[in-house]
Amino acid sequence: MACELWSGKLDAYVDGELSLMEANELGTHLRGCSSCAAEALERVQTKRSVADAGRYFEPSSEFRKKIATKVHKSSKKSSIRGWQIVAVPAALVLIISLAMSFYVSRERTKRERVYGELADLHVATLASATPVDVISSDKHTVKPWFQGKIPFTFNLPELQSTDFELVGGRLAYMGQSPGAQLIYRLRKHELSVFIFQDRGPEMASWASDPTSMLSFTFETWAKNGLRYFVVGDVSGADVDALSKLLRDAG
Amino acid sequence: MHDATFEELSMPLFDQLYNFAHWLTQDRSEAEDLVQETFAKALRGFSGFQAGTNFRAWIFRILRNTFLTSRTGLKIAGRSEEELDGLASVDPSPEAILIGKADRSMVRQALQELSVPFREILLLCEVEEMAYEEIAQVLAIPIGTVMSRLHRARRALRELLIQKFKGGSHGL
Repeated sequence: MACELWSGKLDAYVDGELSLMEANELGTHLRGCSSCAAEALERVQTKRSVADAGRYFEPSSEFRKKIATKVHKSSKKSSIRGWQIVAVPAALVLIISLAMSFYVSRERTKRERVYGELADLHVATLASATPVDVISSDKHTVKPWFQGKIPFTFNLPELQSTDFELVGGRLAYMGQSPGAQLIYRLRKHELSVFIFQDRGPEMASWASDPTSMLSFTFETWAKNGLRYFVVGDVSGADVDALSKLLRDAG
Repeated sequence: MHDATFEELSMPLFDQLYNFAHWLTQDRSEAEDLVQETFAKALRGFSGFQAGTNFRAWIFRILRNTFLTSRTGLKIAGRSEEELDGLASVDPSPEAILIGKADRSMVRQALQELSVPFREILLLCEVEEMAYEEIAQVLAIPIGTVMSRLHRARRALRELLIQKFKGGSHGL
C-alpha cells in the first residue's frame, strides 16, 4: 500500500482505533518506511505532549470539599428516600402480614379450641349412657324442655321429607355459658347442633361454610343473637343441608 | 447486585471534569461554576441514567452541553465544520519533527490558543484517553466527524507549535 494511503490511517493507528489486522499491516509498513515512521513518531510525541500538558488544572481543596459534601448529602438523601420508598411499604406489608398472620393464627387457634370443645361434647354425648335429657323426635316436645334451663329460645325446623331425624336434646355448657345441644340422626350417623347466645364479633369472622377438623365436619353461623354450631362425622353437604334447615327455621 | 451510587461514579471523575472545565472556560471561577452546575444537573438526571452504560461519557457530555449554553460557550457555538477547517488549512511541514521538542508550557499555550472544538476533542482523546466512540457520545457527533475533527485539531496544534518555534504565534 502506498504511503499516502497509510498516512490517512496514522491517527487511528496511534489512537489504537485500527483493527488488529490493519494495525499489523501498518506496523510492517512503518518498519520499512522511514518517512511514515517519522510521521507516526511525531504523532505519538504530540499525543504524549498534549496528554502531559493537558493534565494541568486542579480544583482547589475547598471546591472539592464543597462538591463532595453536596454529592454525599444528595446521595444519602436520595438513598434514604429510595430506602423509604421501598422500606416503608415493605415494613407496612411486614407489619400487616405479621398482624394478619397473628390474627389469623389467633382466630384459628380460638376456632380450633371451640371446635375441639364442641367435638368433645359431641363425642361425650354419643358415648354417654344417657345421650339426651329429653328423648323425642318431636320439636314441640324438645323445644319447651329447654324453657327455664337456658336464657334464650330458638326455633327448630320441620324434618318431614328430609333424611334427618331429631333424637332429642340436652343442656350443654361452653365457656360457662349454658346452651342447647340437639342430636339429629342421618343414616345411622349422629350430628350435634349446639345453640348458644352469640358472643358478637368474637366468632363473626369464622367461616360459615362446612369446615373439616378432627375428622368431624363443622358449620357455624349466627342468627337473631344466637350462635349455631353443627358437628358430625358426615360430609360437608350433609352438615350444610341440616344447617340450611336450621337457618330457615330460626 | 449493588448498583453504583451517583457519588461512587462521579467523585472519581471530579478532578478530570474540573480540568476539562477549566480548559474550556479558561477561568477558575467559571470552571467551578461549570462543574457545580454539571454535578447538579447530573444528580437530578441520574435516575434517567441507564446503569451499565458509559457514565463518564454521560457526565462529560452534560459538562460540555452546560458549557455550550454558558456565556463563554455561546461565543464559540454555531461554528460549522467548514469554518473549523478554514482555521487549520496549513499543510504539515518538515518542521513538524520539532514538536517532539516542545516543552510543556509551549504545548499548554498552544492548547489555550486553539479553538474550543479543537481543544476539547484533543483533551478528550489525549488527556481522557477516550475511544472515538466515547468522544462521539460526549460531543454528540458521528465517529467519522470525530476522526476528521481530531485530524484537523492535530494539524492546527502542530502549526501553532511550529509557529511558536519560529518565534511568532497567533490564535487559531
